Formats: sequence, structure tokens, C-alpha cells
Amino acid sequence: MPLPVIKIYSYMNDTDVSQRDNHSETTAVHVEDLHKSYGTLEVLKGVSLDAHDGDVISIIGSSGSGKSTFLRCINLLELPSAGSITIAGEPVKFKPSKRGEMQPADASQIQRLRTNLGMVFQSFNLWRHMTVLQNVIEAPVHVLGMTRAEAIEKGEAILERVGLYDKRDQYPAFLSGGQQQRASIARALAIEPQAMLFDEPTSALDPELVSEVLKVIQSIAEEGRTMILVTHEMAFARDVSSNVIFLHQGLVEEEGTPDKVFNNSSSERCRAFVKSVH
Amino acid sequence: MDFILSTANLLHEWGPNFLRGLTATLQIAFGAYLLGLVIGILGALGKIYGGRFLKLFLEVYTTIIRAVPELVLILLLYYAGTSFLNQLLEALGFNTVDISGVAAGIAVLGLVQGAYSTEVIRGALLAVPKGETDAAIAFGMSKFKAFRRVILPAMIPLALPGMANLWMIVTKDTALLAVVGFEELALVTKQAAAKSRLFLEAFVVAAFLYLCVTLLSNYFFKLLERRSTRGIPKLDQV
Repeated sequence: MPLPVIKIYSYMNDTDVSQRDNHSETTAVHVEDLHKSYGTLEVLKGVSLDAHDGDVISIIGSSGSGKSTFLRCINLLELPSAGSITIAGEPVKFKPSKRGEMQPADASQIQRLRTNLGMVFQSFNLWRHMTVLQNVIEAPVHVLGMTRAEAIEKGEAILERVGLYDKRDQYPAFLSGGQQQRASIARALAIEPQAMLFDEPTSALDPELVSEVLKVIQSIAEEGRTMILVTHEMAFARDVSSNVIFLHQGLVEEEGTPDKVFNNSSSERCRAFVKSVH
Repeated sequence: MDFILSTANLLHEWGPNFLRGLTATLQIAFGAYLLGLVIGILGALGKIYGGRFLKLFLEVYTTIIRAVPELVLILLLYYAGTSFLNQLLEALGFNTVDISGVAAGIAVLGLVQGAYSTEVIRGALLAVPKGETDAAIAFGMSKFKAFRRVILPAMIPLALPGMANLWMIVTKDTALLAVVGFEELALVTKQAAAKSRLFLEAFVVAAFLYLCVTLLSNYFFKLLERRSTRGIPKLDQV
């Protein structure tokens, strides 16, 4: 299999996606004191995060620490119970629901803000009735209102970049896990998001397929794209991150540079966790 | 040899009647199927996303329709339905109307089909992977757009086998409308047989026509299925 071509394309900069703000703000994602409960179970107990343009933030922690829930709260696939979220400089408007929980006040605002965030799921979640290229152009055409021809041109350039140009007319189910995940990264890149959200992007992959996906993610990080990455790949997190957050039982137990979190943590739990996964 | 000759005689005299009966049968089957499909999609959505009362109403509807034999439902809805409608019209000060057999047939069979379609489509909707909906929402689609662009096309291959079954059933359920005097294929056959005294020939012709409808439908549904499952590996391929 050909390895993904790692190139830095300029198409990200010279386009105008009219339906949303272009990226002039310096804070892509700002989350403050986020809480999330399921019934009486409190999964997140006040987590904050600041992702400035160009930051690569890795969130690590043992399973059940709330990493994925936190990521899914950022684009409101899960509704937080309390806290505030600002995406591309615009605070998400909430109103209390009848039961006292937070509820989006303006569905169209959330739909618009979500197009600033390119989500990559653990289990790919490609639309299997569409070919790879159709998956990639779906949101640009049907959400952002790009013309089909333009979306195809850009989509093909992105697929070239993740090494899937020759698979563009295949259906996802006929691809390997690594190829599917690269396709789903291409789908997220195609909306030219201000930040990428990765939810354990290599956890569903066979070990020999992990590196091809990590290479693509690394190339995106190196091009300066803002990323928030939930991962179990510690070596990778150490290499690509500008910041690492260690979550423990719904709280930020440790955060800082990779060096601080992985080598010089003052937290006993963090040191134990890092040791246990190495 | 005798049989072929007598069949030819029968067709010579009664052929146009058979064709008219077949047309009426297809008309009703088509109409009822489409009505059932619309009820089915709305019913399935209501059963999944609806409020408490809508869910209860749909549960009562699907339970009753599926519990009562279709013949009884047809007699009940046809006679009771038309007299209820006319009483309603009278009470509102309108003239009573003669409800056409086609309209009544479509309404009655459509209601029956709708109950079964609701369950077939509900099952298919529930089988659409949640992650695909998540992805649609995460990329900024509204709920309606996610339904139209992702959930509906993802649901079709899952619903097709069940929906093809329902089409086969409705083509034959039309024969039940003979009991209310609607001239579809079965009733026309009975008339032709009685008048010509060629019982065996007449019913063999009718059976052959029903078979042709089924074979053609089979072919059509296979095409649809092949098209809609392009993205899904066949069981014997994995």
C-alpha cells in the first residue's frame, strides 16, 4: 500500500466559506468548567480547556475518565450539564430545560458552529451508502453550500493527500480500517474546520494499521491545524502535542507540556498512569 | 389439447375482462402500497421520536390492525367506513356521496399495509448505526437534513426485504375486495368461470396473471436491492 503523501497544501487558506466566520479569532475552542452527569453519575466535574490556533492538545487518561464524553460535549453531540463553550470566538447559547439541564437555545447556531469543528470518530462512522468521495463532499455541498464541482476538486486533493485518491469511488465497507479512518479524516478536513476533534482515532484499528493513520494526523498537526485529540497512543501524544491534559475521574489531574506531563508530573496518579501504559 | 383450445376460447371472449380486472388489481395494490408506505414512514418516526400519546395511539393502531383478519377489516372498514363518512357528511349538511370502489379499496388496504409497514420501517430505522447519525449531526446537518441525507438512504436496504414482502402480500390481498363486489382480478375470474363454465381454465389464467405480477415485482425489487446495497458487503463475500 502506498504511504500517504505528506504535503502542505495551500488550498486551506485561499478559500472563502461564506456561511461562517473565517478564522480570525485566536481561540478556536474555549471550554470552561464543563460538567456532565448521566442521572446521578457525574462523568465530568468541571473541566476547562483552551485551544488557541495552532495548538495540538492531547487528552489522555484511563477509560472511564471522561475523555470521550468531554470531546463529544465540545461539539454538543452530548449536552453538558453545566459550563460554557466558545467555538471560533462565539459562545454557544444555552437555556435551561424544564428539568433544569442545559439545552441549546438556538439549534441553527449550533449547526453553524459545528462546521468549524471536524470530527473524527473512533469507529470512523463513514456513511456507508456513499462512496469515499461522496462522503468527503457531503458536508461541503449539503451543509456549507459549496458547488459540487468545487467540492469534488477540493475533495480529490484532500484524498490525494491522505493517500486515498485511487479509492475515491469505493464504498467504505470495502476498505481496511486504516483506509476508512483516513477517509474519515479527509471528510473532516473537507469542511476546512478551525479545529479538528479526534476521538481515539486509532483505538478501533489493527496494530499494523495504526501507523498509517498516525502519519496522516501528524502531517495535519505539522501544517499548524488546531487539534484536540483523545488518544491512548502515548508516544504519539508526546511527539505531536503542544499541550497534554491528563483526566482522572472527570477532573483535570495534570496538564502542561508533554515533557511536564510525561516526565515531570507532580501528580502521583499521572506518574502511575504514564508508567502503566509504557 | 382440449384445454388449450378451451382456454383460447375463454380468452377470446373474456380476455378484455381479465385485463380490466388485472388493471384494477394493480391500481389498488399500487395505491394501497404507497399509502401504506407513507403511513409506515410517519408511523415509524412517531413510534421512535413521538410523544407519549402519539406512541400510544400508534401502538393501538398497529396492534388492532394486525390482530384482526384482513377480510373482517375490509368488511368492517368498507361498510362501516362508508356509512360513517356519509353520516358525517349529512350531519355537516353536505350531500351523501357514493365512494368509488377504488378509493375505498385503497383506503382500506392502505390502512392495513400501513400497520405492517410501520413495524418494518421502525425496525430498519433502529438498525441504522447510531454513529452515522452522530457524524451527520457533527458535520452541521439539521435533524431533518440528517434524516433525508443519511438515515433514510441508510435505512432503505434494511427495509427492502420486508417492504418487498408487503408488496407481494398487497397484490394478493386485493382479491379480498371481491367480497364487497369490487371487480378486481379474482371477481372477474369468478364471473368469467361461471358464465363460460370453463372453471379450470379461468382460474389457471388468473393464477398465471398473479404469477406474472409476482415475477416482475421480484425482478424489480432485486434491482432496487442491488442498487441500495452497493455499499454493504454481501454475507457470502466476508
